[in-house]
Amino acid sequence: MTIHLAPPAQAVDLGLPAFRSGLDDVPKIPTGADGSPLVKQTKKEFTSDQEVRWCPGCGDYAVLAAVQGFLPELGLRRENIVCVSGIGCSSRFPYYLDTYGLHSIHGRAPAIATGLATSRPDLNVWVVTGDGDALSIGGNHLIHALRRNVNLTILLFNNRIYGLTKGQYSPTSEPGKVTKSTPVGSVDEPFNPVSLALGAEASFVARTMDSDRKHLTAVLRQAVEHRGSALVEIYQNCPIFNDGAFDVLKDRDEAQARLVHLVHGEPIRFGPPGEDGLGTRGVVRAADGHLTVTDVADLTAPGGPGTNGLVVHDATSADPSVQFALSRLDDPTMAHVPVGVFRSVQRPAYDDMVRAQVGSAVERAGGPASDDDLAALLAGKDTWTV
Amino acid sequence: MSTKTSVRVDRVVIRFAGDSGDGMQLTGDRFTAQTAALGNDLATLPNFPAEIRAPQGTLPGVSSFQLHFADHHVMTPGDAPNVLVAMNPAALKANLRDLPRGATIIADADEFTRRNLAKVGYTASPLEDGALDSYQVHALPLTSLTVKALEEFDLTRKEAERAKNMFALGLLSWLYTRPTTATERFLTEKFGARPQLLAANLAAFKAGWAFGETTETFAVAYEIAPAPAPAGTYRNITGNVALAYGLVAAARRAQLSLVLGSYPITPASDILHALSKLKRFDVTTIQAEDEIAAIGAALGAAYGGAIGVTTTSGPGLALKSETIGLAVSLELPLVVIDVQRGGPSTGLPTKTEQADLLQAMFGRNGEAPVPVIAPRSPADCFDAALEAVRIATTYRTPVLLLSDGYLANGSEPWRIPAVATLPDLRVDFATAPNATKDDGTAVFRPFDRDPVTLARPWAVPGVAGLEHRIGGIEKADGTGEISYDPDNHDRMTRLRQAKIDGIDVPLLEVDDPGLADEGIDGAGTGQADLLVIGWGSTYGPIAAGAQVARQAGTRVATAHLRHLNPFPANLGDVLRRYRRVLVPEMNLGQLALLLRARYLVDAVGYNRVRGLPFTSTEIADAIAKLAQEGSL
Repeated sequence: MTIHLAPPAQAVDLGLPAFRSGLDDVPKIPTGADGSPLVKQTKKEFTSDQEVRWCPGCGDYAVLAAVQGFLPELGLRRENIVCVSGIGCSSRFPYYLDTYGLHSIHGRAPAIATGLATSRPDLNVWVVTGDGDALSIGGNHLIHALRRNVNLTILLFNNRIYGLTKGQYSPTSEPGKVTKSTPVGSVDEPFNPVSLALGAEASFVARTMDSDRKHLTAVLRQAVEHRGSALVEIYQNCPIFNDGAFDVLKDRDEAQARLVHLVHGEPIRFGPPGEDGLGTRGVVRAADGHLTVTDVADLTAPGGPGTNGLVVHDATSADPSVQFALSRLDDPTMAHVPVGVFRSVQRPAYDDMVRAQVGSAVERAGGPASDDDLAALLAGKDTWTV
Repeated sequence: MSTKTSVRVDRVVIRFAGDSGDGMQLTGDRFTAQTAALGNDLATLPNFPAEIRAPQGTLPGVSSFQLHFADHHVMTPGDAPNVLVAMNPAALKANLRDLPRGATIIADADEFTRRNLAKVGYTASPLEDGALDSYQVHALPLTSLTVKALEEFDLTRKEAERAKNMFALGLLSWLYTRPTTATERFLTEKFGARPQLLAANLAAFKAGWAFGETTETFAVAYEIAPAPAPAGTYRNITGNVALAYGLVAAARRAQLSLVLGSYPITPASDILHALSKLKRFDVTTIQAEDEIAAIGAALGAAYGGAIGVTTTSGPGLALKSETIGLAVSLELPLVVIDVQRGGPSTGLPTKTEQADLLQAMFGRNGEAPVPVIAPRSPADCFDAALEAVRIATTYRTPVLLLSDGYLANGSEPWRIPAVATLPDLRVDFATAPNATKDDGTAVFRPFDRDPVTLARPWAVPGVAGLEHRIGGIEKADGTGEISYDPDNHDRMTRLRQAKIDGIDVPLLEVDDPGLADEGIDGAGTGQADLLVIGWGSTYGPIAAGAQVARQAGTRVATAHLRHLNPFPANLGDVLRRYRRVLVPEMNLGQLALLLRARYLVDAVGYNRVRGLPFTSTEIADAIAKLAQEGSL
């Protein structure tokens, strides 16, 4: 099935259809006749007066700058934005945004944000977390937030290392990682955060990079608009304890060979461009059903299936199996790393449904409860009078 | 009309006991509702295994429900039953040792088969071999009588047998002259959609009543007159329901939404069940993935301006510790309810205990003071919930409310308060910046404190000009910015402690009849030598035990603590006024430890951890023992 998409409005087109927005119930800055905000917001207004205390060269700076630069675009009142974080380097993020911010405890940000988002539909709630925070100590809360589909934008900074505790391996570290706590190499199999999120019934899953601001911003735009839990994995460099973890994806030539840009509705091609200007490598379905990478030339050779043999990316498919298969193209050697929006499907958000149940109970009872209603509740059905 | 005579008695303790599947809790509940409707004072004690259906007919599968009702004020579910209803040999065997000689046993003789007797190690039927000669035994074929009564219905034998608890209820209702309309209405509601089952249950219930009236087994019926009570409208209520209603009432009086984050755990789950049905009162319930997420969701909602509540039992409280510490650091209102059960670890999930006091007081890293309060009876859970919300919102702090398994499932009559008389719990949210910078711009300082309460502003997202960041890292006094300054940490630690220490709690009242009689204030001759002080659900047994001791001529005073942190300001004075202080607790001496440490008094503990509430006799004996020692 081909989905017809509106013409790309953004610099990086992720090719996704618009659904009910994650921001629908959040008050906006009043706009003029031309639709532009009457109060002009800039990055400066989203920058708090706190001195940023990440290490020089930390990838977090780039993400912070991208978010601060992106927020004015939403046209929201600053006071209606809340950033909730856990513990770790990235979880200091809220201190640097001049919005409401809650720096909580290790791994629990999704749980706290669930309570906040459920009780306050007028807020745009972000969760900022890292690979240790979200996938190790807080793994349970992350998967359940995704399963429930709470209206949250979750930024998962993945630097594949514990930074704040000074350099132990993390649940996304490659096997054999030599660190302070694993002097002869780690023996654990890492999580692939995208695979995990898809397995947890996430409705929106994307991956992007700290160093590609355009792509990062485009992904954020989609994530914030998504109604429900939007998980964005951000590959982020830790210059102190895991420097260069993603260098192969940042070198221009290497990146071209390895990064698989996912665009909804498009055949999945990457690698150095061929004569048609498109990538010379492509993703195809192997005979046993898994996805694999091949030279496009092999497809277009006489007797081959042609480019029709390429897998067309469908982020909106309700069945996540092909999206999951795409996430498995990645491996610790980063030979092929899909980036972009893996999945964006619309399904009811937990907080919307919880509020709807309360709302309909109030409605069925004929309106908000009165003191008399409370008195009737307290009395129950069997009373006696002395 | 009955031709039998009726005899007036002042009090009765009945225990219904049967297999987990026999419906003893329902039978007890219905008998209680009928008794409440009659106006007797009462107290109940359900006692059931953690297993949902242990093997049928075995000792681990026995479930019981004890009810004490009287024509006077009742303070406990009764030390020992006057009447045991035993639906099978296991129920008889498990409960016989609690029965005083001369008590009445009503047993379902049909269930005393060789097979059922063997399951619990009886070689001969105790109904026939003389083992029960010192009791008044009524061995009645309850099962076959029920089946016979339901012959006209299109039911299998098994289905008909299941109504035997209604037959027993009908019989006991006749025997104690209980009004039946409440049970008939209850059955109509429960089985309204299934007319056949409704008719069968009603028929079994009425057959039980009629059997009592006509059989020669029972010569008389008993009457227990209504107990005198303050004027008002009453209902019967369990502790868990009273807690749920108290929370709803508190949220209404605060004019805020109520958000419960909870993870199912015995014996607290019924609060979640009750609140999940009350959505129309602007109640949101979130059944979280675990205990930690449950309190996290509650805290998130509190941050957003709701009354955030989490409910749990001891093991869950352990998991919530870190988040309670975060709430202490953030200084946000939060109500944490621990319905205590036997511990440690999984312990005794369905049995009561008071051994989480020190966990509530100290179970966190760092200096993390938390107010602790405890209800003293099932109905008092309602007031305790309101008090927890008052402290949480006034002082912007998490509050721990310690209920227990006995209060949770036990019930008593409750004089229903008028909504308008409940405390006004409206809160003041921060609405504008509270300080000015040197350059004249207005700023918001999230940790500037109220000079009286030391509470910080409750500044919820959505208010322009108050954007601020807070977290679990130490904050600079006033600005709330991250601060690692040594003096600041020392100051903030002391401020947080001072805020809790300064919570306004009522003075402790002492019940010392000697003082009251003689009107002497202080160390007069009328004052007792011995003070019995307790907390939580031991209130009833302590009051009843002291009464027994007083009747025996011992001068004894009692006092009961609702507030365990901070303690009432006069507690030290009260303790020092008495030569001996006895502290009965269902733990190994946790309150006693606090009293000894705080006030340097030689408090003596009376401690049992049997998973059951104290009996008044146990307390009276402990009082007598200490009084004797004291007189030496």
